[in-house]
Amino acid sequence: MICLSAEAQKKKKNAKVAIEVDGVCMMCKKRIEKAALNTKGVKFALWNVKTHMLSLIIDERKTDVKTIQKNIAAVGHDTKGIRAKDHVYNNIDPCCKYRDKKVVDDHKNEKQ
Amino acid sequence: MDKSNPKDNLGVFGVNVYWLNTTVGGTTNEKGWFEIPYKTAYKKLVISYVGYKTDTLTISSLEPIHHFLTPENELDEIKISSKKKATQKSFIQTANVFTVNSDELLKAACCNLAESFETNPSIDVNYSDALTGTRQIQMLGLKSPYLLISQENIPSIRGAAQVYGLTFTPGTWVESIQITKGAGSVINGYESISGQINAELVKPFTDKKFFLNAYGSLGGRLELNTHFNQRVSKKWQTGVYVHGNYRGEKFDNNNDGFLDNPLMNQINIMNRWQYTDPEKGWVSFINFRYMDDEKQTGELDFNPDIDRGTTNFWGSEIHTKRFDFSSKVGYVFPELPFQSFGFQFAYSNHEQDSYFGLNIYDIQHQSIYSNVLFNSIIDDTRNKFSTGISFTYDSYEELVNVNQYRRNENSVGAFFEYAYDNSDDFSLTAGIRVDSHNLLGTFVTPRLHARYVPWERGVLRASIGQGRRSANIFAENQQLFGSSRQINIQSTNGKIYGLDPEVAWNYGISYLQGFRLFDKKGDITFDFYRTNFQNQVVVDWENPQEISFYNLNGKSYANSFQTEVNYKLVEGLNVRLAYKYYDIATDYQSGKLIKPLTPKDRFFANVSYETDKKEENKQWKFDVTYNHIGSQRLPDTSSNPVQYQLSANSEGYSLLNSQVTKVFSEQFEVYVGGENLTDFRQKSPILANDNPFGNHFDTTIVYGPIFGRMFYAGLRFKLD
Repeated sequence: MICLSAEAQKKKKNAKVAIEVDGVCMMCKKRIEKAALNTKGVKFALWNVKTHMLSLIIDERKTDVKTIQKNIAAVGHDTKGIRAKDHVYNNIDPCCKYRDKKVVDDHKNEKQ
Repeated sequence: MDKSNPKDNLGVFGVNVYWLNTTVGGTTNEKGWFEIPYKTAYKKLVISYVGYKTDTLTISSLEPIHHFLTPENELDEIKISSKKKATQKSFIQTANVFTVNSDELLKAACCNLAESFETNPSIDVNYSDALTGTRQIQMLGLKSPYLLISQENIPSIRGAAQVYGLTFTPGTWVESIQITKGAGSVINGYESISGQINAELVKPFTDKKFFLNAYGSLGGRLELNTHFNQRVSKKWQTGVYVHGNYRGEKFDNNNDGFLDNPLMNQINIMNRWQYTDPEKGWVSFINFRYMDDEKQTGELDFNPDIDRGTTNFWGSEIHTKRFDFSSKVGYVFPELPFQSFGFQFAYSNHEQDSYFGLNIYDIQHQSIYSNVLFNSIIDDTRNKFSTGISFTYDSYEELVNVNQYRRNENSVGAFFEYAYDNSDDFSLTAGIRVDSHNLLGTFVTPRLHARYVPWERGVLRASIGQGRRSANIFAENQQLFGSSRQINIQSTNGKIYGLDPEVAWNYGISYLQGFRLFDKKGDITFDFYRTNFQNQVVVDWENPQEISFYNLNGKSYANSFQTEVNYKLVEGLNVRLAYKYYDIATDYQSGKLIKPLTPKDRFFANVSYETDKKEENKQWKFDVTYNHIGSQRLPDTSSNPVQYQLSANSEGYSLLNSQVTKVFSEQFEVYVGGENLTDFRQKSPILANDNPFGNHFDTTIVYGPIFGRMFYAGLRFKLD
């Protein structure tokens, strides 16, 4: 049992995590993945336009979900818990305005 | 949806979707959509599809699900059928690579790999001699020995197979071809100089269960191809591929007393085994192949049983037997999609027994190739690397008339290739390998490719790299035996026939711009490449009595410029235009000369039209290819008697090929086509055909087709 709990607490070198990131288009995808990969310790980042899920492989000894969320918020994308500051959000491209329902609907029409 | 194709989010058809530990499930439709009954007790949704990783999703609410499937292995790239262009120029890859897929290959009958490039302006297809009808390919103005031609990344058309090897891979076995201009990667060895061509063969898991292709031409050529693919167990699948071709009819349309095309028959059998275990990340291929090819050529009245070894009639027979074994194992770490390793091993035994009039040429070449490869990342997926070691062994035994040549070559090498990609506008691949070779010595091979996107849909690429090889002077120039030329090797006590290894640098730049004109897509490319030889084994045909081989003393270079436009005029109608300019020269012992039998200019046009697919895929396809081949310098014949002299330069000429395909259903299609519709024929392709055992006989100076207009027809039948 001791061994097991020690194992559980050990920070994994290649941990798989998935977080939800708000965004709307392929440009968002580039920006989100770039922000994730620019976080030291993030090895792999793939954001899904439709599900909004960002799949990550991270080195838990070097980073954690919170840091990544902060970095993503810093480029203008909301995650659960950390909302991007309005002035940052306002600077992203018009087509990426995921908080605007009209922009989101436009993208939906595009896909169909 | 297919994860490797995120741009257009194509749905994957026929994916199994079911609730874990239940029988409740379904499959996706053509659009990749699915519906599934739901109960709150169902929590885990399993999504599985051959060739993709099986995924299990936890479902907590009734929202629609979009899921991206991950192809299971990079080593075994599986393509999902979609409306792709027949030839794809990549905007993303670092090297100047384009992929020719099966749609392009079907534009011409392409009985074998050598003929698969006819609708492709980057590759020149030349006739090697006036006897065998063999076509040899060139890229950037250099013949195939300077290209690395591989099958599924195992170097294959090399050594003894150099001249005829491309005709030993049947066209229907080819799934797609990747062509890299310039230095290429270091992973597959140090031999490539002007480029790499890789042919992917059909795979048991993705090929049709049964495939039949029959072809017949008015030139007397008959071909038959059959594929059988069978599932053995959940993870093993096997395929048997049989090819036969035959020409028994004699043609002498130019009345020179010699056959225009050889009599021939070939039987070619391949058996492949494919293993895939998507859950654990393993894939493997095991291949066996045997080929037996016979050709007879020469004078019409030549009868090998009576006339061989005599001067009654001039004739030639070439008998080739080849056995290949290759295997591959690939493993992707299930938890780390960016990390994998691979192992390749291949053995081949190539035996050619032949005579050309009174000349004898036999060669046996045994070869072993082995490669271990590890791929992973540094910090994150923007920095990737591949590293590994390779081992090669080649043994050559040759009989040239009365002289025996024996040579063993072996090498051990290590390579490291780093690839950076900022996943936006810049990427770079830098590779280096160090090899220790018993005859070439220990040497370093560096190669570098870079790609930059200056603006939207524009891609600028540059590459530089070195290549090195030992020239198999007889095997690569065996058309010399079809002449009365004396062989003159000017030995400098080098280790390969007394000559030194060939070393060259290749560098180039390329610019690709995609555009939209009148709301239709197109692209334009400009390529400039230069190959500079530090040493070359010069093949000197300039004395009509002789062929000389010697080490380069001075300069030898090949400059190549190409521009190409692809444009979709209206839906279904595609146009490709290309212009190519070569400046290739070598310092011969007699002075600097332009490379013989190579046109300075070439103009190429291809128009293809497809009607819309109707029910059951009913469709018409039309394809026309036009080539204008400019004037070529001919080897010097001025010291011959007047009647055996040729002009200094050949005339320019035009060629027109066309094919019509009628698709009746998913299962059945028929095609008819014509080659050389303008009926251009080289006048007197054989020098001194009236006196083949005299001093001036020469079948090596061929700059155009020998056989005139030719029509063919064929059918394809497939069952799934």
